[in-house]
Amino acid sequence: MKTVLKSTVMAAAAFGLFAGASASADDLTVVSWGGAYTKSQVEAYQKPWMAKTGHNIRSEDYNGGIAEIKAQVEAGNVTWDIVDVELSDAVRACDEGLVIPIDPAELPAAPDGTPAVDDFIPGTLSECAVATIVWSTIYSYDASKIEGDKPTTIGDFFDTEKFPGKRGMRKSPKANLEFALLADGVPAGDIYEILASPEGVERAFKKLDTIKDSVVWWEAGAQPPQLLADGEVLMTTAYNGRIFNAAAGEDKPFEIVWDGQVWDIDLWVILEGAPNKDLAMDFLKFSTSTQALADQAKWISYGPARKSSAPLVGLYQDGKTEMGPQMPTAPANMKNAVQNNFEFWADHQDELNERFNAWLAG
Amino acid sequence: MSLPSYAGPLEKTWYYAFRVICGLILIFLIVPIIIVVPLSFNAEPYFTFTPGMLSFDPEAYSLRWYEDILRNGMAAPDAPHSWAWFTDLWNNAQWIRAMRNSFFIGISATIIATILGTLAALGLSRREMPYRALITSILISPMIVPVIITATGMFFFYASVGLASTYLGVILAHAALGIPFVIITVTATLTGFDQSLIRAANNLGADQTTTFFKVIMPLILPGMISGALFAFVTSFDEVVVVLFLADIEQRTIPRQMWSGIREQISPTILAVATILVIISIGLLTTVELLRRRSERLRGVTPS
Amino acid sequence: MATVSDHMTPGIGQVAVDAPLTAADGTPLRKKLAQANRRARLRATLLVAPLLLFVLITFIVPIGQMLVRSFHEPTFSEVLPRTTEALKQWDGADLPDEAVFAAFADDLKDAKENRTIGQVATRVNYAYAGSRSAFTSAARKSTGFEAPYKEALIAADDVWGERDLWAVMKRASKSYTPEFYLAAVDRTTDVDGNIVMVDDFRQIYVKILLRTLYLAGVITGLCLLLGYPVAFLLASLPTRTSNLLMILVLLPFWTSLLVRTTAWIALLQSQGIINDVLVAMWLIDDDSRLQMIYNQTGTIIAMTHILLPFSILPLFSVMKTIPPTYMRAARSLGATPWTAFWKIYVPQTVPGIAAGVLLVFILAVGYYITPALVGGQDGQLISNFIALHMQKTLNWSMAAALGGILLATIMVLYWLFNKIVGIDRLKLG
Repeated sequence: MKTVLKSTVMAAAAFGLFAGASASADDLTVVSWGGAYTKSQVEAYQKPWMAKTGHNIRSEDYNGGIAEIKAQVEAGNVTWDIVDVELSDAVRACDEGLVIPIDPAELPAAPDGTPAVDDFIPGTLSECAVATIVWSTIYSYDASKIEGDKPTTIGDFFDTEKFPGKRGMRKSPKANLEFALLADGVPAGDIYEILASPEGVERAFKKLDTIKDSVVWWEAGAQPPQLLADGEVLMTTAYNGRIFNAAAGEDKPFEIVWDGQVWDIDLWVILEGAPNKDLAMDFLKFSTSTQALADQAKWISYGPARKSSAPLVGLYQDGKTEMGPQMPTAPANMKNAVQNNFEFWADHQDELNERFNAWLAG
Repeated sequence: MSLPSYAGPLEKTWYYAFRVICGLILIFLIVPIIIVVPLSFNAEPYFTFTPGMLSFDPEAYSLRWYEDILRNGMAAPDAPHSWAWFTDLWNNAQWIRAMRNSFFIGISATIIATILGTLAALGLSRREMPYRALITSILISPMIVPVIITATGMFFFYASVGLASTYLGVILAHAALGIPFVIITVTATLTGFDQSLIRAANNLGADQTTTFFKVIMPLILPGMISGALFAFVTSFDEVVVVLFLADIEQRTIPRQMWSGIREQISPTILAVATILVIISIGLLTTVELLRRRSERLRGVTPS
Repeated sequence: MATVSDHMTPGIGQVAVDAPLTAADGTPLRKKLAQANRRARLRATLLVAPLLLFVLITFIVPIGQMLVRSFHEPTFSEVLPRTTEALKQWDGADLPDEAVFAAFADDLKDAKENRTIGQVATRVNYAYAGSRSAFTSAARKSTGFEAPYKEALIAADDVWGERDLWAVMKRASKSYTPEFYLAAVDRTTDVDGNIVMVDDFRQIYVKILLRTLYLAGVITGLCLLLGYPVAFLLASLPTRTSNLLMILVLLPFWTSLLVRTTAWIALLQSQGIINDVLVAMWLIDDDSRLQMIYNQTGTIIAMTHILLPFSILPLFSVMKTIPPTYMRAARSLGATPWTAFWKIYVPQTVPGIAAGVLLVFILAVGYYITPALVGGQDGQLISNFIALHMQKTLNWSMAAALGGILLATIMVLYWLFNKIVGIDRLKLG
């Protein structure tokens, strides 16, 4: 037994060495949304940055929201350095002191010398966050599964009589309430005004009620293309870049319906108490430069947040697909579009989440 | 239970019907575990049998998901199988890292749980132990308290003492969860334990340490080992505490499966599941052999 | 030592009155015995102590500390200490006076400086929906506020003129609060301090608690129904055969929970094996595949499968001890097979039934993993909501309160189990 014990302890110690060997304390931890989107960031930002600085990056996935950030900061156990968040979450995290303020003057200027403050699209710089992309929540369907008339409007998504079958939706009130009101006939410009009143919220949930039994809920951005491919749903809401990559990169017969798209921006934030704050800042400056932002558009159909990057955007990595028309901001796609109102969501997130969860469980 | 000779036709029918019912229940128990094995050799990325698989077309079977276990996360999976390839595999392949973490955490937690648990079981089995019932129920409680409550509590406490996102934190947590099993199995071997053997050893001049290693230990060893195996499996299968306490560095196999099932469900999960089924068959066999050995040693007739 | 105590019969005790028995070193035997007993107790305690300490520190204290959160929430008083102090003087009848507003304006400046206003805003927002932005924007403007602060704040946002908001703030300023336990049973206190139900569309936890008990009950019932015949068969078969069949029960027991859950996904999902078989057999149409997973059905099937060994094993160990002659005697005395089984056999298995039922119920009530993976929306249990509040909404006090209720339920069941079965009689494998 003694020998058994001894050898187990030795084995455990050996495992310990191996387990510890691969991670080092000064690796930068970059957290993003996983799948095709993280891949685009790895190709456009992380690989060049690692090559330039010689530092290592640990890439981690999450599903949005400030919950994990807050848990880390408030429990005093920060392991993430820099995180890709939505605007409303960036604003909230900033208010709650979870992320550090970032001075836009420190950001690199455009190649022609325009300071960053003027180069970024208005509204994409915030007190604690710097935007990288414009993205959108759209809905998509598998063209090979629908015969005859194809869905073209947001109303069709809610029409289970005309298009019988399951629907995929993100397990969050965000964007879903907007879709519901748009489908119920509210003009894009009035969405948030209506949603701010109790009657408006009531109306949106009533509309969601009509398809509740057909909905398959997803959480990770990688799930919707999967749900479509597996035939688990007929149509699903999704982030436009994921669908584009599945269609252009993997030849899936997925079509995007731009009508009623809800677009938003994604931004970098650096956590208060981040273990590698300086490296994170360096990475942030590097990845929000004109060239890096333009490079990212080669890998996924999200629009760069700098004006100076737009002319540099060319073809998809397959070398033939023009990226311009695939962007949420392309004029043809913007006809009936809603811009996510970050102030509304920062203020109402809590009660709408609570209500949404009660509604789901009921 | 054989059918008595005086059984009527109704009874005979029931006798066979009953066996059929039991057979169906046993099938219900075992089929879900067996079914993952053939599915893991699917050549297609589906969770079901393809027509090719049903007609035993060799083309429809493949080892691609097993390769995927190795390749996933590697920097250069297609490089020639040189030393560099193996270092890459060892350090970067997600499942391999998860496996290393699982074994490291599991073995460490088991050692702590087994040593402390055996000592405590020895104490608890003494008649002189004060407050025995109360203390036993406290020590068994990690098995009874829902693990979500355990994990929630540990999340705050371990973070406040700097143990969150560390190997030590997860190991301590898993040791606490494994302890009840060690106590139960070791106590069970001690109930049939003849206390006069200790006195005999003392009379013959053995000191405490010698008595423990030469008399007590060999007799309770089977109980200790099966307790240790239970503790190991508890840690090896645990995901909730890992979800709350660990970060990506300490990701274990169940944690990796958890994100796989929730997010990108692919037959890789089934390949991992198959490997885990084989491991559990091995563990089950060991425990059974130990149980029989223990019964033999203690002179209990096999049940 | 044991030999000494064996000789301490009353007869010898009487002798001791005349001439006290002494040990070799001259100490009275009685004292020596007490010493020996104390040493034995100490030795037993020392063996148990390290583990007890370990479990207390790594397990009991963390849970206790977590439960404190369910009634102790000091965010407000920490971030806005002067306001908290000033609010103590306020009787709540009308709007607070200038002193409170002045204290609040002072606190806002600090909160802006420390960027802590969001925490208070979130805290108050739980009880007063939509007040978040009033706090954050007031903090942003705080440097510009000048006396009289009451007018300045109300001018910045009308909501500061609402008595209700101040009433909610006064309540939030108290660090010890029952509000999370009230919320856990769908109750809240209105602005006047009465306990009332929350809005219809927010009522959820009572439903979830009842659903958890209901599903745990169904699963326990199924486990007993399926486990009893199997245990009976195993106990009545010859050892060699029953050992073989026992493997079928023990293998699932030893197989990873996630493996079994994955297997059920493969079997039950709409493109899964069972549906494929049914479609292939023309029993159902390809368009009307059965939805057996991501709902309550999925939770029930998968959890019954996972917990079934926990009901078979205790039943089996009890049945094993029942001599088959009893049944035969009943039959030879003229009982029908059913009477013999029902009147003679079943009553003897009651301890096994109790153990199995309680064990399965205790485990089912606190289950998290399986419902989370296959439960969809209506198959979620109370544990899943604890996780939701821990990880998503970050209402940690709410998670703690729900945890407190769940823990109390489990403790009652555990006490019952100890009373009826005895935890030390639990056997594994």
